[in-house]
Order: sequence, then C-alpha cells, then structure tokens
Amino acid sequence: MSDCFINGIASISAQPTTDPNTFLDEIIHYQESIFKAHDPNYKEYIKPAAMRRMSKSVKMGVTASSIALNNSGVEIPDAIITGTGMGCKQDSEKFLENILHNDEQFLTPTLFIQSTHNTVGGQIALGLGCKAYNVTYVQGSASFESSVMDAKLMLSEEPEKNILVGGIDEVAKNSTMLHKLDGQIKADPIDVINLLKSNTPGTVTSEGSTFMVLGANKVERSIAKIVDIETISRGGIEDVSIAITSLIARHNMKIDDLDAVVLGNNGDINFDLYYKNLQNSVFSETEQLCYKHLTGDYPVASGFGFWLGCKIFETNNAPDILKVNDITAKKYENILLYNQYLGKNHSIVLLQRC
Amino acid sequence: MAELREELKEKLIEQLSLEDVEASEIGDDDPLFGDGLGLDSIDALELIVLLEKDYGIKLKDPKEGKAIFESISVMADYISKHRTK
Amino acid sequence: MNKGIAITGMGIISSIGNTVEENLTALKTVSPGISRIQMLKTRHSEEIMVGEIKKTNNDLEKELGLDPLHSFSRTALIGTIAAKEALENANITDVNKYRTGFVSGTSVGGMDTTEKYYLDYTETEEHRRYIQAQHAGYTTQSISDYLGINGYVSTISTACSSAANAIMLGARMIQAGKIDRMIVGGTDALSKFTINGFGTLMILSDSECTPFDDDRKGLNLGEAAAFLVLESDAVVEKENKKVVGRVAGWANANDAYHQTASSSDGEGAYLAMKKALKVAGMTPVNIDYVNAHGTATPNNDLSEGVAMTRIFGEEDTPLFSSTKAFTGHTLAAAGSVEAVYSLLSLRENLIFPNLNFKTKMKEFSLVPQTELVSKEMKTILSNSFGFGGNCSTLIFTK
Repeated sequence: MSDCFINGIASISAQPTTDPNTFLDEIIHYQESIFKAHDPNYKEYIKPAAMRRMSKSVKMGVTASSIALNNSGVEIPDAIITGTGMGCKQDSEKFLENILHNDEQFLTPTLFIQSTHNTVGGQIALGLGCKAYNVTYVQGSASFESSVMDAKLMLSEEPEKNILVGGIDEVAKNSTMLHKLDGQIKADPIDVINLLKSNTPGTVTSEGSTFMVLGANKVERSIAKIVDIETISRGGIEDVSIAITSLIARHNMKIDDLDAVVLGNNGDINFDLYYKNLQNSVFSETEQLCYKHLTGDYPVASGFGFWLGCKIFETNNAPDILKVNDITAKKYENILLYNQYLGKNHSIVLLQRC
Repeated sequence: MAELREELKEKLIEQLSLEDVEASEIGDDDPLFGDGLGLDSIDALELIVLLEKDYGIKLKDPKEGKAIFESISVMADYISKHRTK
Repeated sequence: MNKGIAITGMGIISSIGNTVEENLTALKTVSPGISRIQMLKTRHSEEIMVGEIKKTNNDLEKELGLDPLHSFSRTALIGTIAAKEALENANITDVNKYRTGFVSGTSVGGMDTTEKYYLDYTETEEHRRYIQAQHAGYTTQSISDYLGINGYVSTISTACSSAANAIMLGARMIQAGKIDRMIVGGTDALSKFTINGFGTLMILSDSECTPFDDDRKGLNLGEAAAFLVLESDAVVEKENKKVVGRVAGWANANDAYHQTASSSDGEGAYLAMKKALKVAGMTPVNIDYVNAHGTATPNNDLSEGVAMTRIFGEEDTPLFSSTKAFTGHTLAAAGSVEAVYSLLSLRENLIFPNLNFKTKMKEFSLVPQTELVSKEMKTILSNSFGFGGNCSTLIFTK
C-alpha cells in the first residue's frame, strides 16, 4: 500500500484564499444566505479565446487546478479526477429554462454541452492536452472525497503517478433559490459570521473550488499526507462516532493523538447534532475548528477543509476565526476532518503533517 | 445590405460571447472559421439557430452551414435571398 | 493474463425488456425497441425515434412497492429495478454480510422530474421533495437506500461512459482489497433536456439509427438501467458462487480534442483500448468480438472505426457490432447495458447483430456483423465514449 501526499493545493472560496502569503488575514462578511466566490483575476490563468464559453465553475476549476499544478511543480498530471455535487448548474439552468420558456424551440448547443458534470474535468484536459484518465464523481457532500479516494486507490496501483484532484460547485440564480423553498437554505438574511450560533433550520450557501496534486512519494514540496479517507452514505450519530474511533485505531492512534479536528458545522439546527455530539464527547479535549461561517456550505465545501489542514501545517497556526472551543493545540501533526450534509454523505479524513 | 452586415456582426459577438472582439474589427470578407475569427463547429450550430430564430431560415443539414458561414458578406447575401422574416 | 474480477449477477431494464432474460429473448429474436416516444411529452415526438421503456412511473413505483410520497425520479425508479434484479440474480439476500458498495453512473440524474416541476415549485409545496432529487448523487442514494447499502456509495458522471467507469471503479476497488462486493452500473431516463440537447447538436436521427453505415444520420436516444454484481474471489469461494463472467481489463483515457466531438484519429478511444488490453495482460488477437459504442453519429462511428483499425489492423479487426439499434443510445447507462449484452454473448456464444446496416463506410473497409451468429468466444471488448473526450474500454472474459 503506497502513501498519498498532497504536493500542491489551491482553493477559491468566498474568502480571499488564492494569495499564498496570507491565511485568512482578511475576512469578508456576508449578510445574505446565498453569496458568490471571491474571484481571482481569471484572465491571469485563462486565455481570452478559451474563456468565452466558460461558466463560473469552469473558470474556478481551471484556475484552481492551474495554481495547484504550479505549486506542485507538475506540468501535466497523469490523471484528472474531479468532484462536483451539482455540476455546471448555471448552464444547466439556462438550458432548462430555455426549453421550458420557448416550448423546446430555438435552443443552442453551447449551454447543453457545458451542462455535463464532467465539463470542468474535460476542459482542464483540453487546456493541458492531457489524454490520461479523467473521471468525475457526483455524490453530494462526498463528491470531493470520492475523487480523493479514487486518486488514493490509483496511487496504490501506479505509485509513479501525479494526480490532479479537485472539486467545483457554483451558485446558479434560480436553482440555488429553490434550496430556500425546500428548507436547505435559511429563509431570512443572516450575518453569516454568526452562522454557527443561528439556532435555526437550514444553512447558507456559496461556491468554490479546491484542487490538489497528489503523489505516492514524499517530495520537498509535500505539505501533508492523506493517511486515510472514508465515506459513509448514511448513518446515525453513533455510527459516525464509531467510524471515527475505528479509523483512528486502524492507524494505531488514539483520539489524544489528534491535534485538531476540522468540522463541517453549517448552522443547521437539525443536522449540526452530528457535530455537536462529537464536540461534546470524543473531541471534548481536542481543538475544534469550523469554516462554513466563512465559506458557506455547498457539496464540495469540504475540500476547503483539506486546504485549511494544509495551511495549518504550513503556518503551524490556526486563525482564531476558525476556533469554536477554548483548546489550542501545542503543535499540529495530525488533523482529522469530518463532514456531512443533511445526515448523509459523511466523510472522515485523517491528515498528517509532512 | 451594409446594414444587415453590421447587424450580423453585432449578433455574432453577442450570440458567440466574443467578449474581446469589436464589430469594427470584423472585416466583411474575413473568414469566420479557421484562421480568421477562429470559430468552430459549435459556433456553426449556434449560427444555424440564429438563422432560424431571427430570419426564419431553417437548415436541415448542419453541413450546409459551412458554405453559408464563410464570411459576413456571404452570410448577408444568403440571408437577404432566403429570409422569411 | 489478469484473472479479472468475478461477476456474479446482473440486472437490466431497457426498451427491449424488463429483465435480463427478456433482453436476451429480444436480442435473439432480433426485436428492436425503437419507436415513437409515448411516455414523455415533447414537441419533437414526430421528428425522432427513441428506445423507450413502455412503463409509466406509476407502474414502476408499484413494482417497487414505494410509498406514494417517495422522491424517486424515473432515473432512480428504473435504476432500482435493475439493481434489485442484479442482487437477486447473484442470490444475495443479506446485502451487508460483506463490505458492499454501490456505484452508479448517470448523466441527467433526476432531470426528468425537475423539468416536470421546475416552474411550479414556488406554487406547489408537495412537489418540493423533488428539488433535491435532481442531483445525480441523490438518484444513486435513492437506489442504495432502497437496497440497504449504507457504506461506500458514489456516482460517476462522465456523460456516456459513466457506467463503464463505474464498472471499472468496482473492479479496481475489489482488486485492491478495499471492498468485498460492489454493485456497479448506470441509469438514465429519457428527458426533454437530453432530447433537446442532442437536438441542438443536430445528431438525432429521424428514423431507426444505422450504426457504421455510410449514410448514418445520427443516434436514437434511449433509456435504460443495468447493474452488475462484482465479488472478490474470497467471497465467491466462501459462498460457492456461480460466476457469470469476469471483468479482466479496463481503462479510461481522454481524447483532449474537443468538448463534444471525437478526434478523427480516434486517439482517446485508441488509448483506452490499448490500456485495457494491457491491464488484462492481453494482445489484440485475444479479442473474439467487440461490442462497439457505435452510436450512429457521423463523428463517433468514424472515430471509433479508425481507432479499431489502429488497434487491430484494418484486415484483422475482430467481428464487431453496435447494439444501439436495439436499445437506442442509453447515455450514462450504455456501458452497463452493453456489459450485460457482452456477458450474455459469452454465456450463449452468440453475437448480437448490428441492425440497419446497408452501406460500408468510405473511410475504411470495416463491416459490422449484421446477422445473429453463433461463435465460441472467450473474450469480448466493449467501448463507451462520452462528452468531454471521455473514452472507456472494458474487457470481459468467460
């Protein structure tokens, strides 16, 4: 079984996170329950001719992947694996609305061909001229982790590979609004920074993209090792607790060996119970960090957790804005990530500093 | 005819999201595909819909488009001869 | 040679039958399932031919015994029917006896319900349960929840190669010892979204599709779901399982040529076939028959044909056929539908014909198998290609 190292990582989110020299030094405060990504200058990464048909998720994905590749020193990866919960929602939505509003007439192909879930993966391959393995996972809040699991499996088969792995989700005008109707998103505007204390149902949403370059060998640029990763389609609060303790035990570790946990609390009073239970039991003596009051929740938001883990290892510091309890670790060697959405698609990830 | 040519240039830019192109930069006889404006097969399909929607011209076979979309002049000629609206 | 991963069960529902055996009967009696569209309302109903499952959603939910307030889209309904048959076919009664995972390929997910209710969600509260159901992952979870699979569940969405990629992932996970059993395949229902989408690309045929024919006009869309049960050799031995066949080779490559069109040299397809042979530890002469992707679009059949001549040599290309003229192009499900047909070919020693072929293509001398023939076969190669340059090849053995 070969190892799996993160040799480059980049994240675009609702916060300014693309400058490698800062780590959440400046926080943007949002006052609404749906907000957009803080855009880098996409023109620095994408040629104008290539850009003209690109929707937001393609721009975010191509840019984040290009930064991650760049800081890993890999030019052309040996596989491209992407995850997205909702795919290219903007183009899908426009195409669907054109069908419905024009009674299936006067439709054009561009929106349709960009509506497939693998559009971003395909566009990255096209841009790089990369003919290697290229697969896209779409599994709600476990989409990003499904991609990482495939990459980890591939490194055990072919350890010489450098694999580009990433997640992308975008906000679309009307489809995202529908999530207010079915209660996934909070009905009233909210000061997002106070999300975790909201005590109301639903969450807030945004968009973003995280990309990583993974390899089986530790290199100078290696930031973290993905020791283990597991997804659970559905399970109760106790099942999660058992899964976490047994994952830790598999690596001959104890909960005490974890320096921090990064949790996916999203301010939904009905489902934060999954996190609260862990916070009050197994993790009661561990430093607890949350981020969705900065980024909002969307299917691949958990990719931001990977980025946080790497940044914490790099800087040996966890910014106060992330902290939800009074414990501060003395060092950061082992970090556990746990995330779920609506009690489904749970993911547990163990990261170790390089 | 000159008016139609200008109209087509504006429509092309909008329909094909040619963000960095100005209508004045497109010559009447510049090739639209390949070396000229650099349009591709997806753009050709977009233009087929434009013909139908705005000028009432329905092409059955996408291959017919190749000759019609050679340049703005050729396109304008074809439209003025075949338009139904 | 790679011994491959054991396949112990399969299930399918398509326009030519509601079970594996019904599909086999239709293939053997050459009874294609291409017709005018009836179940779905579209203004294009007189312009296109489709491979449609002639059952209403109501029929399907009754068969599954679902609560009337369920949130299964048609994609989830047919997926559940096929996955359930696959489990029964593999004699699995306790799905959690071994570490079991579920991976489904789908392109549109629950789009069929979204397009029905999209404009009406603000008005009608009872339809809002379908808002989440649009998402591909939700479709998969509806099926896995029904089957009681709670651990590793995922969805692959790489357009028309999705199910092939799901089968490949299942085989790789079992080979690596990550899991003991995987239910893998794909499902896609017909929707206005795909009918109009392929319509805008002007690649829908107004009559029965004619794969690999010089005068081919485009594809017929279809709907289907098909799943395979893959099990580790340890489980097969312990349970004394009957093995239907094995998946011995797999690969995915990217054409990196164009967003939707395939390259004229078939590079992606060539790389996928080449790598799959390598994984299987085989050479091209080991292949007895190719179940081609063969959608009957001008672009696909040319590109795939060129790729086959590059792999096998124009004179030495094995017998091949596309079964798309039976079922239509079932998009994300195509890879698993054709996996089931490949396994039936191996079991029955039959090659199912490439229907509606008349004229050889100008570009090469390849001619598909147009009659049902009996042939002793050990190894079949099956191709599936999708948008985004996505090319997948699977190799099945007896």
